[in-house]
Amino acid sequence: MMDAQPAEGFVTADGRKIGGVVMEMKNITLRFGGVVAIKDISFDIREGEIRAIIGPNGAGKSSMLNVISGFYVPQEGEVIYKGQKRPPMKPYEVARQGIARTFQNIALFEGMTVLDNVMTGRLNYMNTGLLSQAMWWGKSQREEIENREVAEKIIDFLEIQNIRKTPVARLPYGLKKRVELARALAAQPSILLLDEPMAGMNVEEKEDMSRFILDVNDEFGTTIALIEHDMGVVMDLSDRVVVMDYGRKIGDGTPDEVRNNQEVIDAYLGVAHD
Amino acid sequence: MPEQLLFAMEVILNGLMAGVLYALVALGFVLIFKASGVFNYAQGVLALFAALTLVGIMEGQVPFSHLINAIFGTDLHHFGWEIPAIAAILLTMVVMVALAYLVNHYIMRHLVNQDPIILFMATIGLAYFLEGFGDLMWGSDIKNLDVGLPQGLNGFIDETTFNAFGYGFFIDNLDIVASVVAALLVVALVIFAQYTKQGRAMRAVADDHQAALSVGISLNFIWVMVWSVAGFVALVAGIMWGSKSGVQFSLSLIALKALPVLMLGGFTSIPGAIVGGLIVGVGEKLFEFAIGPMVGGATENWFAYVLALVVLVFRPQGLFGDKIIERV
Repeated sequence: MMDAQPAEGFVTADGRKIGGVVMEMKNITLRFGGVVAIKDISFDIREGEIRAIIGPNGAGKSSMLNVISGFYVPQEGEVIYKGQKRPPMKPYEVARQGIARTFQNIALFEGMTVLDNVMTGRLNYMNTGLLSQAMWWGKSQREEIENREVAEKIIDFLEIQNIRKTPVARLPYGLKKRVELARALAAQPSILLLDEPMAGMNVEEKEDMSRFILDVNDEFGTTIALIEHDMGVVMDLSDRVVVMDYGRKIGDGTPDEVRNNQEVIDAYLGVAHD
Repeated sequence: MPEQLLFAMEVILNGLMAGVLYALVALGFVLIFKASGVFNYAQGVLALFAALTLVGIMEGQVPFSHLINAIFGTDLHHFGWEIPAIAAILLTMVVMVALAYLVNHYIMRHLVNQDPIILFMATIGLAYFLEGFGDLMWGSDIKNLDVGLPQGLNGFIDETTFNAFGYGFFIDNLDIVASVVAALLVVALVIFAQYTKQGRAMRAVADDHQAALSVGISLNFIWVMVWSVAGFVALVAGIMWGSKSGVQFSLSLIALKALPVLMLGGFTSIPGAIVGGLIVGVGEKLFEFAIGPMVGGATENWFAYVLALVVLVFRPQGLFGDKIIERV
């Protein structure tokens, strides 16, 4: 069902460009001792698309995201990124390769301001020496200003200008989620991973977040892979959906295909045992 | 001017100078605390170790000589050469960076994402280890440290004040040097922490390990860097204190004096460490001068702690520390 899309890319009905495969997960298996968290799962992520991974609690969605971002190393399987097999890497090395992420229970630098948090997303774009930065010499100054401009643009885009200088610890939950998104975006990632971006939000906040995710994808063409267990939200957002249950993949395709998949319906609604 | 007032002024000046030395030690604590969220109990021992190493290198002492002699029955003590102070300081810095690497390799990197209290316990262990290791490496006798810093009465100040007030102030040259060095150190550290990429990364690591990893910061690199900087600050403090009162075990106890300084200034503030140090320095000297005679003296031993206690009651986060906000 998923090979219905042409390999070299295409344009969606609403005019967004979807490119070729940027990341491919091949037969991933992840175990914690005797517990199999992910069992032989394969899927791919295309450039410019919004790809969702859904499933009931404990299905292994977060584990999958952690495999992509390098926090977990799978026992079996390959991660192919931009056409090359990725060797086992530390999370910070994965981040430097252009994969940014957010966390389910928000991991922000609480003591720092919103602007400083977003600026940490730019760290890997700053290359001038320590001494020249400290002295505020020409090249470093230009570098800081350029990176600051990118950060400010993203802050404007996510409508958090009014809290730029506020320490993150003072912000309410919904705004923190948005700041985390801003920090991840600031890295101008090839793939943006969102771990339950809507978790714990009220309806209004969920709508806001959905809008921002769509806008980010539309405006910057960012490839987004997100995890949710709330099916409704995901179906409206994503181009393609992977469905997981008990560590296995039980469905993969467009939201409509997935919605009509009997195994998915069983996993979500339960099966009558008669 | 009345003699009593002049005398008080001299006391204040000397208090300021002593405060600078307290601040130097406190700075090391603040730095590690800001960078890794760990209260580094080993900072005082780090200063002792740095000073021991410096003296050892300068005098061409054979490291672990007692151990070697005991095992092989030799009688080694000195290589028989002396190394100039500047070169020895550089070599000591190399040792401190190597130490930073080892601390990270064998301790810190195994404790990613652990509670601060666990990291704190680890630094207590490190403190005792380093104390013994320093003894084993360089011997436990009291040593003189002379890196060529000016010492003794500052003639110029003495003369000027004598001509102006008819009473010469006694200010130690070493204290003046210490103040200048401390000021430079603070400016350098503040610039480093606030305005450089590495400084920003350092503050990020202190706040959240996971998040720091997710934006591409290597925890190992930052920790080695932080412990190296702490080693550098310890070296500076070790040189100042060592020159003043000799290199001996009690040097590691000055770390305890840094505690009230930190409580006053706040654990998270570099300027706080400085101001806290100055307040403690001036406060205890002035208190001893004014109240000491009435209560039989020796107030310097406890004044700082009482002061810190009072501050804790009214401002738990210290004068400059970040306010702790907990959302419920």
